[in-house]
Amino acid sequence: MLWSSLPGRLKTEKWMNVQVGDIIKLENDQFVTADLLLLSSSEPLNLVYVETAELDGETNLKVKQALTVTGEMGDNIDTLAPFNGEVRCEPPNNRLDKFKGTLTLDGQVYALDNDKVLLRGCTLRNTEWCFGLVIFGGPDTKLMQNSGKTTFKRTSIDHLMNVLVLCIFGFLVSMCTFMAVANSLWETSDGEVFTAFLPREDGINAPLSSFLSFWSYVIVLNTVVPISLYVSVEIIRLGNSFFIDWDRKMYYPKSDTPAQARTTTLNEELGQIKYIFSDKTGTLTQNIMTFNKCSINGKCYGELFDFSGHRVEITEKTEKVDFSWNRLADLKFSFHDHSLVETVREGNAAAQAFFRLLALCHTVMPEEKKEGELNYQAQSPDEGALVTAARNFGFVFRSRTPETITVVEMDKQVVYELLAVLDFNNVRKRMSVIVRSPEGKLTLYCKGADTIIYERLDPSCNKLMNVTTGHLNEYAGDGLRTLVLAYKDLDEDYMEDWKKRHYEACIAMDDREERLDELYEEIEKDLQLLGATAVEDKLQDGVPQTIEQLAKADIKIWVLTGDKQETAENIGYSCNMLREEMKGIFIVNANTAEGVKEELENARRTMCPDSPVEPNVIRSRAGLFWTQKTVNVPDEKVDGDYGLVINGHSLAFALEKNLQLELLRTACMCQTVICCRVTPLQKAQVVQLVKKYKQAVTLAIGDGANDVSMIKAAHIGVGISGQEGMQAVLSSDFSFAQFRYLQRLLLVHGRWSYLRMCKFLRYFFYKNFTFTLVHFWYAFFCGFSAQTVYDEWFITLYNLIYTALPILGMGIFDQDVNDRWSFQYPQLYSPGQLNLYFSKKAFVRCVMHSCYSSLILFFIPWAAIQDTVRDDGKDIADYQSFALLAQTCLLVVVNIQICLDTHYWTAVNQFFVWGSLAAYFAVTFTMYSNGMFFIFTSSFPFIGTARNSLSQPNMWLTIFLTALLCTLPVVAFRFILIQLRPTINDKVRSKFRKEVLPAAKPRRPPMRRISTRSGYAFSHSQGYGDLVTSKRFLLTRPLKSRPILFVKTDSALAENRPQHYRTIREEQEEVHRGP
Amino acid sequence: MGKVKGKLGPLARRPDNSAFKQQRLPAWSPMLTANTVLPFFYIMALICLLLGVWLLLTVQSTREIKLDYTVGPCDKCHEKRKNVTSAAEDCKCTVEFTIEKRFKGDVFFYYGLKNFHQNLRRYMDSRDDGQMVGRKNNLKNPSSYCKPFVRDQSGLPIAPCGAVANSIFNDSFTLMYHEPSSTPVKVPLLRRGITWYTDKNVKFRNPKMNSSMNLAQVFEGTAKPLYWKKPVYDLDPLDQNNNGFINDDLIIWMREAAFPNFKKLYGVLHRAKKPFTGGLPAGNYSIDISYNFPVQPFQGRKEIVLTTLTWFGGQNHFLPIAYLVTSSLILLIAIALTVVWCKFGKNGKNMEE
Repeated sequence: MLWSSLPGRLKTEKWMNVQVGDIIKLENDQFVTADLLLLSSSEPLNLVYVETAELDGETNLKVKQALTVTGEMGDNIDTLAPFNGEVRCEPPNNRLDKFKGTLTLDGQVYALDNDKVLLRGCTLRNTEWCFGLVIFGGPDTKLMQNSGKTTFKRTSIDHLMNVLVLCIFGFLVSMCTFMAVANSLWETSDGEVFTAFLPREDGINAPLSSFLSFWSYVIVLNTVVPISLYVSVEIIRLGNSFFIDWDRKMYYPKSDTPAQARTTTLNEELGQIKYIFSDKTGTLTQNIMTFNKCSINGKCYGELFDFSGHRVEITEKTEKVDFSWNRLADLKFSFHDHSLVETVREGNAAAQAFFRLLALCHTVMPEEKKEGELNYQAQSPDEGALVTAARNFGFVFRSRTPETITVVEMDKQVVYELLAVLDFNNVRKRMSVIVRSPEGKLTLYCKGADTIIYERLDPSCNKLMNVTTGHLNEYAGDGLRTLVLAYKDLDEDYMEDWKKRHYEACIAMDDREERLDELYEEIEKDLQLLGATAVEDKLQDGVPQTIEQLAKADIKIWVLTGDKQETAENIGYSCNMLREEMKGIFIVNANTAEGVKEELENARRTMCPDSPVEPNVIRSRAGLFWTQKTVNVPDEKVDGDYGLVINGHSLAFALEKNLQLELLRTACMCQTVICCRVTPLQKAQVVQLVKKYKQAVTLAIGDGANDVSMIKAAHIGVGISGQEGMQAVLSSDFSFAQFRYLQRLLLVHGRWSYLRMCKFLRYFFYKNFTFTLVHFWYAFFCGFSAQTVYDEWFITLYNLIYTALPILGMGIFDQDVNDRWSFQYPQLYSPGQLNLYFSKKAFVRCVMHSCYSSLILFFIPWAAIQDTVRDDGKDIADYQSFALLAQTCLLVVVNIQICLDTHYWTAVNQFFVWGSLAAYFAVTFTMYSNGMFFIFTSSFPFIGTARNSLSQPNMWLTIFLTALLCTLPVVAFRFILIQLRPTINDKVRSKFRKEVLPAAKPRRPPMRRISTRSGYAFSHSQGYGDLVTSKRFLLTRPLKSRPILFVKTDSALAENRPQHYRTIREEQEEVHRGP
Repeated sequence: MGKVKGKLGPLARRPDNSAFKQQRLPAWSPMLTANTVLPFFYIMALICLLLGVWLLLTVQSTREIKLDYTVGPCDKCHEKRKNVTSAAEDCKCTVEFTIEKRFKGDVFFYYGLKNFHQNLRRYMDSRDDGQMVGRKNNLKNPSSYCKPFVRDQSGLPIAPCGAVANSIFNDSFTLMYHEPSSTPVKVPLLRRGITWYTDKNVKFRNPKMNSSMNLAQVFEGTAKPLYWKKPVYDLDPLDQNNNGFINDDLIIWMREAAFPNFKKLYGVLHRAKKPFTGGLPAGNYSIDISYNFPVQPFQGRKEIVLTTLTWFGGQNHFLPIAYLVTSSLILLIAIALTVVWCKFGKNGKNMEE
């Protein structure tokens, strides 16, 4: 619901009625419904704050600013309504970060860029209202342009089934043709002379008879075409979907979210996943930054040790440090190392300086709506975490003006004069502030990447540097994001001089940036090291373990994130996807197609020096009628693990037609692939690339609207129903609350589903082929006259009743090993990826097995009965007795076969198998009874057959013999296979029988790894420093102008997020400066 | 399941913790291990062997004699039946044979046909069970399945209708025993009680009649099948109760054979009088055949089978031999499996990863 202001007054309208050219009023926390040209806003300077999480996954607040001309209109309806301008802009497209256009107003032309446009999918934050002109609506919006096409997803088994059914049709036709030909031969040789006893019908000669015979056999043999297959398959999938819904181990109590199978037709594909594409924010991470550890003056804080000196893992239960002494503390902040508080409160100078730096050197905006109730708006969540840490340790950043920063230091208010902010950017990788303390001391506080700061340290702190480096390496090994803190006391005179030069540089018309850089370089040197901070980008529970498990199952995980490279890399390390032991990690970061090509090729050469220049592409055809062309690029062998990190703009080049194979080859050689700064559409493109050339099953998992296109593109889309709205879940096939449930979904449910489906299919084809082929053999004895072997009632009920339930029981309940063993041996997953359990080959084997069985099932009863009589000399070689014998043999054999196939005998399976046999005999005796014959004489001509022939030992000996001959070879063959070439499945199953599952290892903190790489990662970006110091921004406004800063929700979810940070300005475009 | 929907509280949507929903149903998961498979194979081999031997001995204890009378002494009749013109003419011939060792116990007399397809679909369907079970309506209006033997030329419904009944085997036999020093004795054969009980009493019934009517009246308005010489109510001149649809020969013929080569029971030795109380004594026999059934057109053969029976039925060697062969095959497989297991699986090395 929103306000539309045409004509002349506001009225509430539904989204669907919004049209291009309408002027819309949006209010705080509303969803932007169309791509809008921002006209005016309630905020000063016509700023508008939007959250774009649904678009790019970044949770920062971004700033949009309206043109001054339009902004002047404010919320004056009288001027807005007759607003008459002309917007010329680019056609609808999917670039989220670009917009070009002009606004012509009163003959005046104004340029429009991305800054002035609100895109659909954003949420208005911290802005009371704003007015916008609709530029694109509905499917033309950039969000919709980015959402992939919704395609009807079918599993590969579905496709295979279709192909097989088609083949079976062909098989049926050829069988019938054979029969027709044979019939015509028989009719001319034997049938001709038999006409004395069985005259031909009028006008039917041998050729016509053979034609009729063709169609008769189509009817008789049609049971090879498994019509009930599709129904049964859907029932099994539905059952397995329910098991996913019901699984308690995929239920997340905190948000009361059970797992959900939103599509019930894809289950078995879950057991075949080869590639997982994962979002980062909200999927791997919780999107919470916590101040985790720090190193102050060479001493490390934040770790707990038990009495024996072992590191103790910090869990939710670990005792937290009590911050109640600090009335300004943020209660949601938690820290576990008491010693740090004590150190600070003791008045340790270094510790105090450390936190003072954290309280001063940042660009956070404070909000104090009520006395003592502080809220921070940070541009980057890292920064928020650091300032909050300082706040809790007694250095409370209270308020700021362009010239001052007010800090409450251990309950004492201190006002610092802010002289300069040396802003952060991607090249500098550091930021500094220069402040004057009330005592008049000038100090430069600096924080930044370790490598950068170390270069600028004063030689006097070399020793400290070494110690700190040790700590930093530990932090990096733990995957924490590190920053090094340093300070420098400044000289008043020097500062005076520097300030003057700074001012000059600031107003310089040319080379302004270079000159500023030089100045910054000049002052940021000879720094004194204070220590280092380690911020944890909190992973969701169990993410590294899950990734490890999935990797063991030979599933490749690619992370596709909109985030910055460093952050993405850092997460890669913390969730064990990138490892120190890796032989190499390639970073593709070029800005030209040639550059990207070169980098990719170099990476490939490094991994596999003798890989051919041209990829080995296998083209084949598949699908119904072989109309689909498939292209397959086989994996190339690489020894050793490699990682690949590729940037969004490089990816754009790499996804071009001429480079995409190069990208695919290189990426697939790597153990881990991380794509950063990618747009939603690129995510989908990457998925499609792999889908197209790898012929592998892909899964995409994400939680935000920016993941929707990828979720739709992948074979299976999984939505994390978490914090960023429901878009991802709504377009997903499966959803649950935590990333770690993915391993259960794949390794347990997926594997079982695949196993069950394949077993089901194999058995189903077997039983139908066996059933039907017996008719085929009989044809040679009955003159190809389309006489059936079985009673027609048996034919009707065979699929419907006699064999329906046991196979469903297997398809729903079967498991090779239970879930715990499935986790213990993730290798069990690989048969699914290799399509081992059901393929064309397996199908052919099935058919051959059926042929054998049907031969036995026909010829043994034939030989046993053909010259035999009952023990009282009466007839038993009659058609009806033979039919009964053949069908009983068949039913016994297929039931034994399912017993051999079933690995998991629940009471239900037993009931189904025995019940089916019992039902068969019950139904048979009923249908062959006197009563039924008298009521429906012509329908039940088999009266008395069961009583007369099943009383003969002859019959039972025949049944026993066929059962033996059909079963024993299967048993022997399987036994030999287990002995000679046991599959991983057999191995685990044999272990499973012999051993008790090793108890789950007590969760020890992971072995400490010492990393020599820089753990630096910071989601900060340039530009905010200017805003902080610009007077215009910090106009004091009445508090009421920002009624809702922090959305208080009552849901349990809100409690999951102890800190909540918002940023205020959009990131700048790439820095166009040389490194 | 079974719970009240709309639970409240923080865990409202938590799935039930039932064994079924959590897929933890207690179950037995058997596996093909050497401990089960190998003994099973050996035991099965032994069972099959025992069964085979036992069956073989049983079958060997039966006596059987088969006489193909298609040609030979009956050559002239065979030739005669070639021509449709002479179909109505009687033809008799005699087949002689010798029984070396006496047939002990009950002796069964079968006639056999070869290459006669009682199992053709159209042939099998060409009958009306409703008529045969005595439905008046079907008697006068036979089912169209009987085509082309529904009505005769004059439009009368045929009873029994259909190709099956029409083609009834109509040779008749008289078995003579040539005692060494006296005139030939007719071997008494029981020609009744040779059908399935259910057929005689349930599946086949004459149409209901008043006590005042005789069978001929009941069947009034119907015609005899084309190839028949006598109407259905007059099949057995000796026994009125063996006439109509419940005639044993008719019933036996109507139970269609599954395969083109078959034999059907003709009679059982009546053992009331000497010298047949103990079975058929050894000696010379002859069979006087009224040769009516033409087999020449379809290259068929006709035969007579005399046999004694056991609990296992007649002399069919297939099952005993099949069991013996199966037994040896299983034994071979079992040995092969044992060797494979000893070589690869015994120490469990193959199960290591």
